[in-house]
Amino acid sequence: MSATTSAEYIKHHLTNLTYGKFPEGHEHAGHWGFAHNAQDAASFGFWSINVDSMLFSIVLGVLFLGLFRMVAKAATADVPGGWQNFVEWVVEFIDDSVRGSFSGKNALVAPLALTIFIWIFLMNFMDLIPVDWLPWLAGLLGVGHLKVVPSTDPNITFGLSLTVFALVLYYSVKMKGVGGFVGELTLMPFQSNNKLVQILFIPVNFLLEAVTLISKPVSLSLRLFGNMYAGEMIFILIALMYGGGLVLGTFGGLLQLGWAIFHILIITLQAFIFMTLTIVYLDMASQEHH
Amino acid sequence: MNFNATLIGQSITFVVFVWFCMKFVWPPIMAALTERKAKIAAGLAAADRGKHEQELAEKKAAETLHQAKQQAAEIIARAEKRAAEIVEESKNDAVAEGNRLKAAAQAEIEQEVNRARESLRGQVVELATAGAGRILKRELDATANDELIKDLVARI
Repeated sequence: MSATTSAEYIKHHLTNLTYGKFPEGHEHAGHWGFAHNAQDAASFGFWSINVDSMLFSIVLGVLFLGLFRMVAKAATADVPGGWQNFVEWVVEFIDDSVRGSFSGKNALVAPLALTIFIWIFLMNFMDLIPVDWLPWLAGLLGVGHLKVVPSTDPNITFGLSLTVFALVLYYSVKMKGVGGFVGELTLMPFQSNNKLVQILFIPVNFLLEAVTLISKPVSLSLRLFGNMYAGEMIFILIALMYGGGLVLGTFGGLLQLGWAIFHILIITLQAFIFMTLTIVYLDMASQEHH
Repeated sequence: MNFNATLIGQSITFVVFVWFCMKFVWPPIMAALTERKAKIAAGLAAADRGKHEQELAEKKAAETLHQAKQQAAEIIARAEKRAAEIVEESKNDAVAEGNRLKAAAQAEIEQEVNRARESLRGQVVELATAGAGRILKRELDATANDELIKDLVARI
């Protein structure tokens, strides 16, 4: 890590470890490799991958599933042990949330909500690890960039929300039929008994409903991304203070502690909001409303 | 903020994780929770039932005890009555037996007396006969006669 100025330090922390094909005009043109800086990463185009985001999100997801699978395999109706107790508490909490927000019967929604909640929570939790630790370790291994919080990568949050969006579309069509879904998009909110006026209303309605529909995945992912990115940014800014002498460093330490404690609330809340909105969107999708 | 294939990778990962969760994590845990709920409900119901049964049993025990006391009192009263009766009866019996024994003894005594009198009478007759015989002999022997009389007197 050879960051010297504050700007470079911040930029370094916000750059993903991207793997892709160098484009024409680059010194490594035509070769596959890791981006050396943000410009490289941008020049890779779509067919490149943020290795750090993927790695951490998969590791955390596997950790979550592994820990919960452990309980699921040994689950008995007898007196539960410590970890089983905790898992059951979480599962019951999710189940209650789903029962409260989702009116239909769907075997997918509750496991989906559980996965979203725990996985996003774990990804957000990476934010609480001091910002320099893992990049420093990676630096020792010769890896130039490492962004440890997957949910500060819009690719990750959009990957989640677009999948949810696909489910919303799927259930909309499944429950209401293509006609019903299209009708929902074009015949509301403005309605008229006059056929001609109704036809004139269709584009207006469609515009409004399309915005409503598209805003779902966008707001879902941008909310999570924005919160986590901002939180990470503050951690990085606080970390900058460590270079400013004893007084500023101590102050920075206190700030980091305070922000981290506050951040525990944010990461849980963001995971919860993502989960709850997913349930609500799916509920709206599978409900016929008039 | 540039979009790349991570988006697709994350989506695939997400789908796989949700599938795994739906298949292998959620159902067993939910099943265990439901089973435990049923178990607890059954346990509570059993406890309630047990309590109710205990109350009934206590009531029944109290009733039985009460009845037993009553019966015992009755039995004691009857027994006392019977005891008094028995005492009375045996008293009467004893008196009757005593009277009977007395009568029998008296009869025996009388019999003995009669028998003794009979034998005495016989002996007196014998003695008188013998005395008379001897007196007749003493016509010849006077001194002997005196002796005889003396002897007779001593014998009576």
